[in-house]
Amino acid sequence: MLRAALFSRTLPGLSRLSTNLYSSLAIPAPSCRPEVQFNQLFINNQWQDAASGKTFPTINPATGEVICQVAEADEADVDKAVKAARDAFRFGSPWRRMDASHRGLLLHRLADAIERDTAYLAELETLDNGKPYAVSYAVDVPHVVKCLRYYAGWADKWEGKTIPIDGDYFCYTRHEPIGVCGQIIPWNFPLLMQAWKLGPALATGNTVVMKVAEQTPLTALYVASLIKEVGFPEGVVNILPGMGPSAGAAIARHMDVDKLAFTGSTEVGHLIQQASGNSNLKKVTLELGGKSPNIILSDANMEDAVEQSHFALFFNQGQCCCAGSRTYVQEEVYDEFLERSVERAKRRVVGNPFDLNTEQGPQVDQEQFNKILGYISSGKREGAKLMCGGGAAADRGYFIQPTVFGDVQDDMTIAREEIFGPVMQILKFKSLEEVVTRANDSKYGLAAAVFTKDIDKANYVSNGLRAGTVWINCYDVFGAQAPFGGYKASGNGRELGEYGLDNYTEVKTVTIKVPQKNS
Amino acid sequence: MAQNGVTENGACGGAPAPALPRPADVQGIAHTKIFIDNEWRTSCAGRTFPTLNPATGVKICDVQEADEEDVDKAVEAAKAAVQRGSPWRRMDASSRGRLLHKLADLIERDRLLLATLETLDTGKPFLQSFFIDMDGSIKTLRYYAGWTDKIHGKSLPVDESFMCLTKHEPVGVCGAIIPWNFPLLMFMWKIAPALSCGNTVVIKPAEQTPLTALHIGSLIKEAGFPPGVVNIVPGFGTTAGAAIAGHMGIDKVAFTGSTEVGQLIKEAAAKSNLKRVTLELGGKNPCIVFADCDLQLAVEETQKGAFYNQGQCCTAASRVFVEESIHEEFVRCSIEKAKKIVIGDPLDPQTSQGPQIDRQQFDKIMDLIESGKKEGARLEYGGVAVGEKSLFIQPTIFSGVKDHMRIAKEEIFGPVQCIFSFKTQQEAIERANCSQYGLVSAAFTTSLDRALSVSAALETGTVWINCYNALHAQTPFGGYKMSGNGRELGEYALAEYSEVKTVTIKLSETM
Repeated sequence: MLRAALFSRTLPGLSRLSTNLYSSLAIPAPSCRPEVQFNQLFINNQWQDAASGKTFPTINPATGEVICQVAEADEADVDKAVKAARDAFRFGSPWRRMDASHRGLLLHRLADAIERDTAYLAELETLDNGKPYAVSYAVDVPHVVKCLRYYAGWADKWEGKTIPIDGDYFCYTRHEPIGVCGQIIPWNFPLLMQAWKLGPALATGNTVVMKVAEQTPLTALYVASLIKEVGFPEGVVNILPGMGPSAGAAIARHMDVDKLAFTGSTEVGHLIQQASGNSNLKKVTLELGGKSPNIILSDANMEDAVEQSHFALFFNQGQCCCAGSRTYVQEEVYDEFLERSVERAKRRVVGNPFDLNTEQGPQVDQEQFNKILGYISSGKREGAKLMCGGGAAADRGYFIQPTVFGDVQDDMTIAREEIFGPVMQILKFKSLEEVVTRANDSKYGLAAAVFTKDIDKANYVSNGLRAGTVWINCYDVFGAQAPFGGYKASGNGRELGEYGLDNYTEVKTVTIKVPQKNS
Repeated sequence: MAQNGVTENGACGGAPAPALPRPADVQGIAHTKIFIDNEWRTSCAGRTFPTLNPATGVKICDVQEADEEDVDKAVEAAKAAVQRGSPWRRMDASSRGRLLHKLADLIERDRLLLATLETLDTGKPFLQSFFIDMDGSIKTLRYYAGWTDKIHGKSLPVDESFMCLTKHEPVGVCGAIIPWNFPLLMFMWKIAPALSCGNTVVIKPAEQTPLTALHIGSLIKEAGFPPGVVNIVPGFGTTAGAAIAGHMGIDKVAFTGSTEVGQLIKEAAAKSNLKRVTLELGGKNPCIVFADCDLQLAVEETQKGAFYNQGQCCTAASRVFVEESIHEEFVRCSIEKAKKIVIGDPLDPQTSQGPQIDRQQFDKIMDLIESGKKEGARLEYGGVAVGEKSLFIQPTIFSGVKDHMRIAKEEIFGPVQCIFSFKTQQEAIERANCSQYGLVSAAFTTSLDRALSVSAALETGTVWINCYNALHAQTPFGGYKMSGNGRELGEYALAEYSEVKTVTIKLSETM
C-alpha cells in the first residue's frame, strides 16, 4: 500500500525501486521493545479500567508472546463513552462553538505530535502488528500525518451553498456534523485506519467513539494521549479497545450513536448494517473486503508489471483489503510473467520485522495464520499449480512463505474468496472483453489495476471495471486527497478526499420567506 | 478592518490570543534591500528612498529603490522558478501547503518584531498591529495552506466518445502591487492564494511601508521556498509599479489601491500582453441604520467602520444613513463615543488612533473636511488637526450631509464620519447605491425581512448585517462597479490565480 507516495517523498527522481531499498532510507535503528505507556480505556480525556475490570492480552505476532494486558471494553463502557461523546456534542459546547479553523489547528497539532513521535509509534505498531518497522516508519506514520493535515485544511472549507429556489424565498444549506460517530477499525493498518476515520469526522465537527481491533490496540491508545495533549476538549474522541461481538456490537446497535463507520470484513459489514436497521437507522459507511483484479496486458512493461504485481499482493503480508489477489495475465506473456513472479516471490525477505532488510513479517495472529494455510490447501486440492511457498516460514510466530499459484481458474476458492495473506493467484486470459467480464464477476468491487502502454486499452479497461479505484500502471497509490471505497459488497460510501466529508455531514436546508426575491 | 477570528469570536472558539507584550526594541532595520531569487540585492540604479515614521516624521531608514531594471530581474527569477520541471512546479501540492504553514509559523515566532515594525512604518496603534494585522496575516496563510491539495479539476460527461478532464494550473508569474494601509495583511492576501495555486510572485510593497514586507522576504527564504518563487521590489508606483503592470513577462497582476490607479493598471495590461487583472479599489461605503436596530451596537460598529485604522480603509464606513426618527439620538451617541478615542503615540497600548500615513494624505483629508464645512454639512465633532506639524487628525463627525457634497462622494481615507438622514427603506437603498463604488455596505436592523431585502438590494461585494469589518480568510472580498474586478479571499480567490485546462481524449470506438 501507499508506496508511490512514500518514494516520491523520500527519493525524488527515482521511479522504479525494489522494496528492500527501504533499508537505505534514513530510518533510525528501532528499539525492539518499546515501552507500552497506555493500556486502558480512553473516555472523556481520562484513562480508566473497564467497568467489568476485564482485560485481554495483546500478542506480538512475531513471537506469539504476550506484550501486555489491555482493558477490555464492553457494553457498559460503550455507554459511558457515548455519553461523553454526546455531552461533548451538545449545542453550545466548547467543541460546537469552536471556530472551524481552530478545529483545523487542533488536527494540525495532532499531526505535529504524531510526527514528533514517529519512531516510537512505528516501533509500537511493528511490535503489535508484525509489519516491518521500515514500513511502519516510512509508510504508515507519514501517511497518518498527511491524512490529518489534509483534513485539517478542510475544516473551514466545507461550505454550504445558497440556492436560487423558485418563489419569494431565500434558501441556503449548512453543513452540520452528524453527531456521535461510532468507528470500528481493523488491525492491518491500525494507525492509518484511525487517521482515516478521525480526520474527516473531526474536521467536520463530530465526536467519536472508536473501537480499535483487539489484535492491535496499542498505537491507537498512544494517539489518544496525544489527542489530549494537543487540546481536544473532553469527550470529543473516546477510544475503546475491545472485541467485535461485545464492544463493537454495542456501538453498532447503540440508540445514541448517530453514525457508524466500519472497516473490516464483508461478513461483519452485513452485521453492522443490520444492527443499524434494528436500532436507530444510524448512518453507515463500510469499507469491506475485496478480491481485486490486476490485469497485465501483453504490451505492458514486463519488469515493472512483475514488480508492481508482486507489491500489489504481498505488501503488508497480503493483509490489505485492496490486495491485487487476482492477477490476470494475457496469454502471450503469461509464461514469462509467471516465471518472473515466482522468481521475485522467492527473493522476498521474510523475517524479524525489526530488521530493516525485512520485507515481510508475520501474519497478525494464529487465526489468520490458520485460515491462510487452509486456503493454500484448498488451492492445491482444487488443482491450482503451486509454484513456490505454501507453508509456514518459521518455527514460531505466524510467518508464512510467499506463495504463488499458477493456472488458477475463476471458480476455485482461492480465486473467489479473500485470503488476506501472502498468496498470489495468477490467471490467464485472451481478450480484453473477456478479462473485463471475468474481473467483474465477483461480489467485490474495491480496487483494480491494469498494466498497458496503449491509451485506448487503458481507457477501455478502466472504464469497464466495476471497482471504486482503478490504478493504471501502478498499484496501491494512495493519497489523502483521493477517495477510496467499494462498489458492490466491498462497501458503502467513500473515505478520503473531499468525498470523505459527505459521510460525516448532515445537510440542513434553511428556507426563509422574503418580501421580494431578485436575481 | 479584519477582525479576523480572535477578536470577534471571543475566547470560546478561537485560538487563545497571546497577551499584549511591550513593543520590540528595534535597533536598526535588518532588511532594507530588494529581494530577488532568495537573495538581497541593491538597486540597479543605485538609488534609495527614505521610509518615515509618521508618528514623528523621523526617518526610520533608507530602502533600496527598485525600478524597471530591477523588476526585469525579479520577473526573470520568477519566470525561471515557474518553468515546467522546476522544483516549485514538481513539488507536491501538499508540500506547497506545508511551506505556507511554515511561513505562518515563522510569522507567529516573529510576531512582536513584525507588529512593532508595522506600527513604526504605518503609525497604526501597536495593539491593532499585534492582534489584528498579525492574526489576519497568519490566518490567511493557514487558510490557503489548506487549499493547495484541494483545488480540484473535474471529469466531465461530454457528448459522444470522449473522455474529458479539467486541470487547474497556475497562471505563471503574478505581479502584485499593494497599499500602505495594511502592509503585511495585503501582502498575505496576495501571495497566499497565488502560492497556494503554484504561481510565482513579484510583489511591490508601498513606498510608505516597505519594512514588514522585506522582513517577510527573509522568512520566505527561511521557510524553504525555492529561489524566485517570491520576489519583493520596494519602490514607487509610477516606476516599479508601472513596470510590473506593463511587463510582457508577467501573466497576471493584482492591485490594491485607488480607483484612479486601478484604471491605469488595467490600461497597461491591455496595452502590453493582456495579462489577467484583479483590482481591489476604493469605496464610499454605505451603512443603513434603521430605527428598529440595536442603537448602541449600530453606533459602535459604524464608528469603528469610520475610524478604524485612522479611517484608512477601503472598507471605511463613510456614508452612514440613519432613519430620521433616531437620527438625533444616533448623532449624540456617536459624538459621545468619539470623545473616548485616544489619540497618541501608536506604540502606547492605550492609543486607539495614530497619525495619518503621510503629509499628502493629511492635506487631502483636511481639504475634504474644509469642503464639508464650506458646503454646509454640520460639523458635530473634531474637524481639526492635533498639534502643529504632526499628521494626527481629530476624529471628525459631520451630520446633515447631502448626497451632492464632496464628502458624500469622494473617498476621504481619513477619520471622518458622514451622517445622513433618510425617511424610507426604498430611499435609503437608492441613495446608497447611487455611487460609482460598490465595495461594502452594512445594514443595522432587527427585522429579518428588512435584513434580507436590504442585503439583496445593495450593490456591493460585501454586505454586513449588524456588524462591520467582519472580514475572514474564508469569505470572498471584492467590489462591484468601480470598486474592483475579481474577488480576494475564500475559495473564489483561487479562480483568480488558476488557468483551467480542458483535456479531451478520444476513446476508441472499435474496442
